[in-house]
Amino acid sequence: MSKLNSYRTGPDETGHFGIFGGQFVAETLMPLILELDKAYEASKEDPEFAKELSGLLKNFVGRESPLYFAERLTEHYGGAKIYLKREDLNHTGAHKINNCMGQILLARRMGKKRIIAETGAGQHGVATATVAARFGLDCAIYMGETDIERQKPNVFRMKLLGAEVVPVKSGARTLKDAMNEALRDWVTNVEDTFYIIGTVAGPHPYPELVRDFQCVIGDETRRQIMAAEGRLPDTLLACIGGGSNAMGLFHPFLDDEKVEIIGVEAAGHGIDTDKHAASLKGGRPGVLHGNRTYLLQDDDGQILEAHSISAGLDYPGIGPEHSWLNDVGRVKYVNATDAEALEAFQLCCKLEGIIPALESAHALAYLEKLAPGLPKDHLIVVNLSGRGDKDIFTVADALGVEL
Amino acid sequence: MSETRIDRRFKALKAEGRAAFVTYVMAGDPNYETALEIVKGLPAAGADVIEVGLPFTDPMADGPAIQKAGLRALASGTTLKKTLKLISEFRTSDDETPVVLMGYYNPIYSYGVDQFLIDAKAAGVDGLIVVDLPSEEDKELCLPARDAGLNFIRLATPTTDDKRLPKVLANSSGFLYYVSIAGTTGAAAPSPRDVANALTRIRKTTDLPIAVGFGLRTGEQAAEIAKIAEGAVVGTALVEQVALGSNDKDAVERVLGLAREISAGIRSVKKT
Repeated sequence: MSKLNSYRTGPDETGHFGIFGGQFVAETLMPLILELDKAYEASKEDPEFAKELSGLLKNFVGRESPLYFAERLTEHYGGAKIYLKREDLNHTGAHKINNCMGQILLARRMGKKRIIAETGAGQHGVATATVAARFGLDCAIYMGETDIERQKPNVFRMKLLGAEVVPVKSGARTLKDAMNEALRDWVTNVEDTFYIIGTVAGPHPYPELVRDFQCVIGDETRRQIMAAEGRLPDTLLACIGGGSNAMGLFHPFLDDEKVEIIGVEAAGHGIDTDKHAASLKGGRPGVLHGNRTYLLQDDDGQILEAHSISAGLDYPGIGPEHSWLNDVGRVKYVNATDAEALEAFQLCCKLEGIIPALESAHALAYLEKLAPGLPKDHLIVVNLSGRGDKDIFTVADALGVEL
Repeated sequence: MSETRIDRRFKALKAEGRAAFVTYVMAGDPNYETALEIVKGLPAAGADVIEVGLPFTDPMADGPAIQKAGLRALASGTTLKKTLKLISEFRTSDDETPVVLMGYYNPIYSYGVDQFLIDAKAAGVDGLIVVDLPSEEDKELCLPARDAGLNFIRLATPTTDDKRLPKVLANSSGFLYYVSIAGTTGAAAPSPRDVANALTRIRKTTDLPIAVGFGLRTGEQAAEIAKIAEGAVVGTALVEQVALGSNDKDAVERVLGLAREISAGIRSVKKT
């Protein structure tokens, strides 16, 4: 493949990143998706929109989030210098709110009265319920029954915030099924409802607009590392389910050739088993939930259930731009198992006094393979995409501790 | 493209002065043999066009009844290959009734579009309805299908406005499937007046026959639609009969029994 001038120009006008992306939805939704695209393009041209969003990100979300030198993790591995981008310190405890704030402002501009969303770990559901409460819009969150069981604190949070949590009983009752059900709600209530998709997936323009709203992570990181070290990082590391925290960190650095970029998928029990969520390494291109991307599927094109200890990574697909970045080779995609993530989770608690989300622990887990062999002036930035308070029951269970 | 069984059927019904009864059943539900019996029995029970559902794990535009039918079909080992086999077996006894394959894109994409079109044509498929391929994605399957001599049947919905309609119709053929409500399959029945208004609007843009579906459950409702459209589509109500069957034989009888009832409703409406 010939070298590209820029990795940041996608998607094309039809919503494609190479062969990935697109608009694979029912006709009922198409007019609305085109309307959303128009509203989004208009918002980009409008300085008032940017001003309103940045004010809310500063005063409501609490941005910017720190770029924190993880001294003891650095000492522990004895190699590269490790920084953590502290998205866990945002209001609601994860990066998800960056995107929700952007989308709810769009929803308001489009005159929508009702918000729906899907959620896996509950972080996106909580962030959506939060912005819906803030702006006084009705809110329904679709969540698989399995996830409701393993993420009880977040379920209660959403209810406190005034959202209706709708249990999804189809399939494996996790994120994929929640997304199906949210799409069915949307098809039914298309006139008054805005669907806040939580990751860089779905029909165009969602992968693009979610990415753009999350790019605040990478833009800040760039400024912060320049201030701290006077140069760009050598390596970026982030976990990937759908891939919004990773895309937000990666995208502003894609054209900085010297920056190595690594995404960590969830390998569950191992990618050689049938219990993992590594769409890139264990899947092949297919069409689901409005876009073409790498999917876990059987020989007949039926979608397989993903598995990860982390509810937020438990999805058989990945954002289409990641699929493209994988195929053109700009980003390296690796994976970490449940067990490795659990180890890293505990290590981060003990050494840094930070309880990371199990999702983010997958990115931290890769440090063990990466950091020790590198020189001490090699700079790694890990996206600590969320905090792990929500995961303590899952972790206790995995460690055989009764609470 | 050359005339298909679908074109011939709608032409004949127009001459006859009545609307088409378009039925939907799921391939392999509850198993291959029973589904084949159902499909074979449908023409005699009054079906003018048969839509055969291709099961998919994630049917995002379907309501609970068709979701469950799809899961039953997948549990019985149904694949795209077996669905085509079912249609070709049906063709050994019926070379007239049009068959439309209806489903989602991924199983077809996974099979490979070129090979799929060859095999579908050979099996005796006449048209395709692929729910998650709007006109924006015509290059994927719609245009290759047309070149292969298969009708690509498009859905129009209450949200498809006048500005968009020509785009939706551009590469479609056979008939237009008007989805009468914004919602998933099997939801509430539409108001006949709303449907009539929508059809008047759509006819300004196309001469294609229009079949109306989503929410039709009885002969009476189908007759209302038969007065104003060239076809009435019934799916969920038929698929539910499979679930209610106490055994395979009972399931076949229930589906065909309801089909006869609805067909009588449609045939009671004479058009000049």
